[in-house]
Amino acid sequence: MTLRILLLVNLLLAALALAQTRPFSFVGWISNLLIGAAFVEPVLISSVVLLCPLRVFLRRYSYWLSVAVILGVEFLVTAGLHLLLRNDGMEFDLALVIHDWLVVTLICGVVLYYFYLRERAFSPAIAEARLQALQARIRPHFLFNSLTAVLSLIRTEPRQAERTLEDLADLFRVLLREERRAVKLDEEISLCKRYLDIESLRLGERMQVEWRIDESALSITIPPLILQPLAENAVHHGIEPNHQPGLITLSVLRRGRLVEIEIVNPRVEGNTRPPGRAGNQMALDNVRERLALHYDVEARLDAGPAQDPVTGAGEYRVKITLPAHEQERPRVERRA
Amino acid sequence: MSCRLLIVDDEAPARRRLRELLADCAGEFPHQVVGEAAHGAEAITFVERDTPDLVIADMQMPRMSGIELARHLLKTPKPPAVIFVTAHDEYAVQAFEVNALDYLMKPVRADRLLAALKKSAGRAAPPDDGALAKSAPGARQQLSISERGRLLLVPVADVVYLRAELKYITVRTEAREFLLEESLVHLEEEFGERFVRVHRSALVARDRITGFERAAAEADHDAEGGPQWQVILAGVTERLPVSRRQWSTVKELVKGK
Repeated sequence: MTLRILLLVNLLLAALALAQTRPFSFVGWISNLLIGAAFVEPVLISSVVLLCPLRVFLRRYSYWLSVAVILGVEFLVTAGLHLLLRNDGMEFDLALVIHDWLVVTLICGVVLYYFYLRERAFSPAIAEARLQALQARIRPHFLFNSLTAVLSLIRTEPRQAERTLEDLADLFRVLLREERRAVKLDEEISLCKRYLDIESLRLGERMQVEWRIDESALSITIPPLILQPLAENAVHHGIEPNHQPGLITLSVLRRGRLVEIEIVNPRVEGNTRPPGRAGNQMALDNVRERLALHYDVEARLDAGPAQDPVTGAGEYRVKITLPAHEQERPRVERRA
Repeated sequence: MSCRLLIVDDEAPARRRLRELLADCAGEFPHQVVGEAAHGAEAITFVERDTPDLVIADMQMPRMSGIELARHLLKTPKPPAVIFVTAHDEYAVQAFEVNALDYLMKPVRADRLLAALKKSAGRAAPPDDGALAKSAPGARQQLSISERGRLLLVPVADVVYLRAELKYITVRTEAREFLLEESLVHLEEEFGERFVRVHRSALVARDRITGFERAAAEADHDAEGGPQWQVILAGVTERLPVSRRQWSTVKELVKGK
């Protein structure tokens, strides 16, 4: 959100400076931009710094009260800057302050209207409909193949069959949950492990799995079912159509305030997956969009073919970078 | 005589489950399981050696789908009947119904299996190639070629060109030539994405085309007396003539690169 505010205000500033530069010259534009920035940036940055901590508090009150508080803060910051400049020898002119208040009010109006429209686009009703369409769906193939695998164990290895059914139950409990509350990364990883255990039962030695987990990342919270669909994708595209054994690597790394999750699977040449069916892109788009709904621009998902640095074998890598939220619970997803 | 069966599935638990169910059906349907194969190529070896009467094949397998396997098996001396098994595939199920192919859904139930076994044993005929081709969502991954009583699999990706001779198609790979008994028109339909027609009697792999040159000898001029172009293909030394009719289409392919 902060990023969007900074970007939007600076775009407005650039447009304003451009409008002032008549006739147009690049140097003139840049110099107008710099003059404007000298005043706008201090106001902008101090407002963001002041309003950020107020956010939690404002959330409890009505929209219009919050707007009034925001404007009040803006007015104070603007007036404060004028007062500071007076100390530096510039004259304090009330007419100028009122002029700047008007400018600030207009800019606030534009920014707030933008967020109002954005909020509407992502309003609960619409977001819910979208989330419902985005529900991480398990592939029916997986269910029926897993049931076949369990059936094959019942006569000879009943205990293993029991464990697998328990894993399936846990997996489906999460998949069918009405309220998709954020989970600890730790829980998502253990769900993913259960899923991979079921897959390894039917795929046997064709699937090898390697985890690299940074313990310090385990306590962060993430939206549920971010990792599991990607693991499923890796199995579906990297192992099932592969005529030789393949390795799936899942790594979780903490870098300061960010957490990086990476999933690598072999790329299968001449993949026999018939086209037109739930493709690779669908699961990726699904996770990407849910990340956007939860984290806005703070999270990203990159995916694409790559090469193993040692063997040079073709791989497919999916990498998620998201902010390490420790306590705060992101938006709750609901199932209709 | 009891029915001789082969099980083909890439997942070991699925093969084991089928064996258990078949054992349950043995009272009402006497049979003998002659083997299990984990992929298509292995299944072909089994069929050539043991000539089973019936193959139960999974649809989704790496490299070769159940349908493609069934098409290759038609070229063996004694093609078996085939029952397909699929986990969940609305497309396939619809195609099976339309083309009257026998199929089972996973997890397989004993009573359904028994019904399918009795039905195919009564029919005792291999599936029809046309019906199989229509049921497959994509092109085959390999061509099967009968050579001295053995079935060879040639990956389509290795094929440089296909040229129609009098009665056969010559399949050229970098290593050697094979003779295939199929029609060039059908091959063009199936592999149109990969191959392009350069001449009435030849299809070449698009990604093998490296360039063109004019034929040297006078004799190579075509009927209208214009210059004759030849296509240069990666991996083989011989050039193939490009007909005037195909020239404009083919020439664009190299420009596009």
